[in-house]
Amino acid sequence: MPKQVIPFDSDMRSGFLSSSLKRLASHKAGMACIILICLLYGSGIFAPVVTPYEYNDQNLMNAKQTPSFSHPFGTDRLGRDILTRIIYGLRTTVIITVTSLIGGSLLLGITFGLVAGYYGKWIDGVIMRVGEITSSFPDIFLVLLIVSTLKPRLMSFLWENEKWIDVESLVRTGVIDYMVISVALAIFSWFGMARLVRGQVLQIRESQYVDAAIAIGSSTPRILFMHILPNTLAPIIVSVSTSLAGIAGTEIVLSWIGIGIQPPTPSLGVMIFENGNISVLRTNPHMILFPVGIVGVLLFTFNLMGDAVVDAFNPRTR
Amino acid sequence: MKAYVLRRLLWTPILVLIVTFITFTLGRFGPGDPVEVIMGQYNDPETAARIASEYHFDKPLLVQYGIYLSGVVNGDFGESYKYKNRDVMDLIKNRIPVSAKLGAAALMISLMLGIPIGLYAAYRQGTYKDSLAISLTLLGQSVPIFLTAPVLLLVFALKIPIFPTHGLEGFFDLGIVLPALVMGVPGTAIIARLTRAATLEVLSQDFVRTAHAKGLPPRYIATLHVFRNAMIPIVTTLGFALAGLISGSFIVEAFFGIPGIGLLAVESFFSRDYPVIMALVIIGTTAFALTNLLIDLLYPIIDPRIRIQGRNNA
Repeated sequence: MPKQVIPFDSDMRSGFLSSSLKRLASHKAGMACIILICLLYGSGIFAPVVTPYEYNDQNLMNAKQTPSFSHPFGTDRLGRDILTRIIYGLRTTVIITVTSLIGGSLLLGITFGLVAGYYGKWIDGVIMRVGEITSSFPDIFLVLLIVSTLKPRLMSFLWENEKWIDVESLVRTGVIDYMVISVALAIFSWFGMARLVRGQVLQIRESQYVDAAIAIGSSTPRILFMHILPNTLAPIIVSVSTSLAGIAGTEIVLSWIGIGIQPPTPSLGVMIFENGNISVLRTNPHMILFPVGIVGVLLFTFNLMGDAVVDAFNPRTR
Repeated sequence: MKAYVLRRLLWTPILVLIVTFITFTLGRFGPGDPVEVIMGQYNDPETAARIASEYHFDKPLLVQYGIYLSGVVNGDFGESYKYKNRDVMDLIKNRIPVSAKLGAAALMISLMLGIPIGLYAAYRQGTYKDSLAISLTLLGQSVPIFLTAPVLLLVFALKIPIFPTHGLEGFFDLGIVLPALVMGVPGTAIIARLTRAATLEVLSQDFVRTAHAKGLPPRYIATLHVFRNAMIPIVTTLGFALAGLISGSFIVEAFFGIPGIGLLAVESFFSRDYPVIMALVIIGTTAFALTNLLIDLLYPIIDPRIRIQGRNNA
């Protein structure tokens, strides 16, 4: 019997996850997007270091300047450097996307998904029904409702405890806005992830290695997080990378409506709201075009990266 | 199958009930003491007591909810905080048809652009034309409405005055063109990708090969075999398109000065007019739930192959 020659294939040597990551690494457009997002996020995170001005530096003598060497994106109606404000606005986007992703999709979504899928029965029923309720609101309404009712409550609570908390400086840092919006977005976004993880767990929990783990007496959390979770990682990565654009976009819309980030905390949504009218576009187009352009680039790269990740992790759909 | 239909029919009203309860509790007690909100700066105990009894704030929460709900069933959402002595229903009633027309026009644009682009890409799968077409729709989805709305207004309403800058008279009014475009183009990406994926799925199936093998003209196969089957998944997403249209209408109506639901919602959130917000959330959620119910029930009729499991996991 002739020896069968097995062709060399990287997929056979490494696991699914690492081969998917390799496919992603060789996806040119996808890598370009990831690098661009890292740049945008990096400049947001290190905003105080990379910006030449303070985001609140007003200089009325230099108001509404067109782009120049000292102000690459020009200045706004109060003479504030637009590039600086965009970078600080990106910092807001970074904070909101990261906190609501970690809180909503990763923490709530994965835990509830694992628990619902593994235990089944009434726990599954309760979690799924609650999720259906949160997802039965047309997306933006739930976020709007939570933000507009949670914030006054939180503020009055803080003012009642004024003795212990320095409310004014807390408000000035924008922490409260960040918190309220992240909570609202987390409540809004956990269910998609939970449903996805639950579906995966339903398949995996019947597998032999879970039986084996039960047989050698592993604890349930150990089975859930050490054995089941790593095998659901691929769809989780795909889902996270495709949901980023939605989260970033929702924060911008909320701030634009006026119940998201409040000035003076810089946000791309606030900048667009302040300059989003025809008269600005006619007389000082740079004041609106740069913030909107950055938002467009951000959302486009998020979407394109999401596509690249989907391609890399589901090679069959290409 | 019957059990599934029955369960969906029973669950939807319960869902709507729970949603109204959540909205009611959040809307009435979230912002703080409603008596103080109504009283504003006039603060004396006597007035407070009068307002509390007039608006039933002195009764238990569930009783208040019951009173509110019985009003809602009869189309009475109470009075607006902002416009004194105006019923919320009065404010909303005339705006629903406006938003509905705009939404319908936007959806038509999404479908009329998205389906052909998706088909075009699917029949050229793997070529540069495929990725170019899909990237183009992605670009349309990523350019924010904040940019397209003012730029289109500037160019096509002020520089070249073809379209009016604001207002909407009816479905066949010229004023509908720009807002519907701005609202509809972002949805094109979703429709185009779905169409492409669904078409590719159908193209790889045996019956399409059989059709080719027995010598049917390709045009005939494309329309009768492929297109009809590829459209099935599109139908299910129309429910979610509704949710997208609602959030789109917030921005578009504000930019184009269209007196619809979205503009009212933005104004109400600005002025913290909670009765109006509550009414809009309840109406929006009910519409969303009913649309999805309708689609779920129609799905097995559209696609007879689908047999929804009745017993275990519906």
